[in-house]
Amino acid sequence: MNSKTSDPTVPLAPHERLRGWGGMSAPGREIRSEDLRAVTEGAVLSRGLGRSYGDASLPPPGVTEVVGTSLADRMLAFDPATGVLRAEAGLSLAALARAFLPQGWFTPVSTGTWFVTLGGMVASDVHGKNHHVAGTIGRHLRSLVVRLPSGEIVTCSRDQHPELFFACQGGMGLFGHILEVELALEKIPSPWVWQESYQCPDLDSLLDTLEASASWPMTACWIDTLATGGSFGRGLAMRGRWAERREAPPRMPAPGLSPTVPFDAPSWTLNDLSMKAFNFVWYHKQLREAAIGPVTPHAWFTPLDAVKHWSRAYGKRGFTQHQAVIPREAGRDKVRGFLEILSRRGGTGFLCVVKDCGPQGEGLLSFPRPGTSVALDLPVNDGIQDLIDELNRYVIDVGGRIYLTKDGYTRREHFEAMEAERLPAFHAARDRWDPERRLRSAMSVRLFGDPVGPATTTGAGR
Amino acid sequence: MRVAVLGATRGMGREVARRLAERGDTLVVLARDAGAGEAMATDLRIRGARDTAFVPCDLADPTTFAPALDAATAFLHQLDAVVVTAGLFGTQEQLEDDLDLCARVLDVDFTKTILFCEHARTRLLERGGGTLVVFSSVAGDRGRKTTGLYGATKAGLSHYLESLDHKFRSAGLVTITVKPGFIRTGMTAGLKEAPFAADADDVAPLVVKAMDRAAPVVYTPRIWQLVMLVIRYLPRFVMRRVGF
Repeated sequence: MNSKTSDPTVPLAPHERLRGWGGMSAPGREIRSEDLRAVTEGAVLSRGLGRSYGDASLPPPGVTEVVGTSLADRMLAFDPATGVLRAEAGLSLAALARAFLPQGWFTPVSTGTWFVTLGGMVASDVHGKNHHVAGTIGRHLRSLVVRLPSGEIVTCSRDQHPELFFACQGGMGLFGHILEVELALEKIPSPWVWQESYQCPDLDSLLDTLEASASWPMTACWIDTLATGGSFGRGLAMRGRWAERREAPPRMPAPGLSPTVPFDAPSWTLNDLSMKAFNFVWYHKQLREAAIGPVTPHAWFTPLDAVKHWSRAYGKRGFTQHQAVIPREAGRDKVRGFLEILSRRGGTGFLCVVKDCGPQGEGLLSFPRPGTSVALDLPVNDGIQDLIDELNRYVIDVGGRIYLTKDGYTRREHFEAMEAERLPAFHAARDRWDPERRLRSAMSVRLFGDPVGPATTTGAGR
Repeated sequence: MRVAVLGATRGMGREVARRLAERGDTLVVLARDAGAGEAMATDLRIRGARDTAFVPCDLADPTTFAPALDAATAFLHQLDAVVVTAGLFGTQEQLEDDLDLCARVLDVDFTKTILFCEHARTRLLERGGGTLVVFSSVAGDRGRKTTGLYGATKAGLSHYLESLDHKFRSAGLVTITVKPGFIRTGMTAGLKEAPFAADADDVAPLVVKAMDRAAPVVYTPRIWQLVMLVIRYLPRFVMRRVGF
């Protein structure tokens, strides 16, 4: 039996804060239940496993409760002939992988962590290492069951309420509470990944290798952000595909060790020296120039999941990520220029991941577009706002855009400049489905000027 | 294995049943609500169970116990194990304030649970033994300010389960007492998290491992075994002072 869980009139205790993955937090509590239909009634926002880095899953100021979906994780139907799975929105990719890898199926699009829910994947319209061929998760969705801001529960798909279906993809949870997701899984020949990883001594060789690998289904690069001079932009270029049965070890792949970072690391552990050491080890972790062979899907897709709570290594102030896509037509020099901002400012982090993106998804604010995506982890310090501002001005200049799921610091005017073309349709869709702005987040207050405080029955207005 | 799970529709029961499903076991979902029971049977089948069925059973109604276990045995052909995770819950304040609720919790979590176990162990013994897994709680290990009433049912239940294990182990019946700490499930949603809080997903494998090894007592997460070892031997005057 449930104890009574939801009562927004109960004041928050000081310990009740909700956190984004990077450590950004706001007062609030999560209301969790196995019954999503009941618990989303009247709720302002739903969140999954809280893996968005900034404030996308945090409540707007003055709102105390958001729905946590992770207990609603049942698989509702699966057709082994087509691979179509229908599941509740709180199902995690980790659970999906555990159940389906042995059966020869997997999600057609995998994020860099499996601690995400299906609902969160849709709300972020996530992409993976196969974006250049497979697109975002939206392309593989069949239908969604959504509780609208009005309270009504509807099913949407390409044929049924298509505007809502596409608005929810990358809609950051603002068009409705996603209750169920129907998704076409991909048949895989084995549960192992065939990986080829190459050390590239500078940026040009890295991007050359990435371009030459475009026919591979999965590609990504990691850049040593601390290498300078002739080695500027050196890194590892990785390409992969599902291993054929004869190439794969005869056993089921198991995740590696699961150590945990038990508490926030003290700030002195995070400095140029430790980051240099990390980047050096990461670059040289493969001793040969090329590492070729089968690897576990855990190591291929989610190398950091092996360390639980790894974000705590960044200490109390946490970190953020800046992920932007530099349009292909802007040229390779613009990618170099973007990275040079970082080395010039010394604002370096542990990890920098570069990936080529394919065509834009159908979601109204879906992130990827043809070009080069650069994702950079940045420790939060006093200079973080200036650094993000400078990066964003550069992104605006080259006609690029940023990934909201990673963001916690972008200014409204910068976002409006990047998205001048797509924002009017986004706002129009919100005016249609949620004219009173019942669904909001800390992010929607920051970037779209949504009202703060609890929703009123007469509407909070704008 | 062929297993009947009472409580598989939610919380810990859900996760334990899933772990069994993923290794290809045949499962019966014993539950009160047909919609939730059928949905869970489907979930378990998709995750890899050899076969699954829903059979109605209400822990609050002992007249359902025998027919439910008979139907489960008929479906499974042979009953290898019974898992019991169902139960009621209330915080100490809720139970103190509402004696009707208190009576129901005492009745279902102690009397009715033991009656169900008696039905289950009879059937397991009839076929020459098997495994009976029952969820008690760390709350039953010591009288505490914060979990006195709920904990009392679990203390009595643990006592009963230990005696079952002593009495029938030689006849082939393994009785496993599971003692979870704070697990983030629907049952604990909205409560302030206790130390060592864990997700059901993380601790379910410990229960399956205990079933394979026939371990009589399993604490989840494991750290509670150490914690309760200390707590059990704390002098009363110390227990009285701590808010634990």
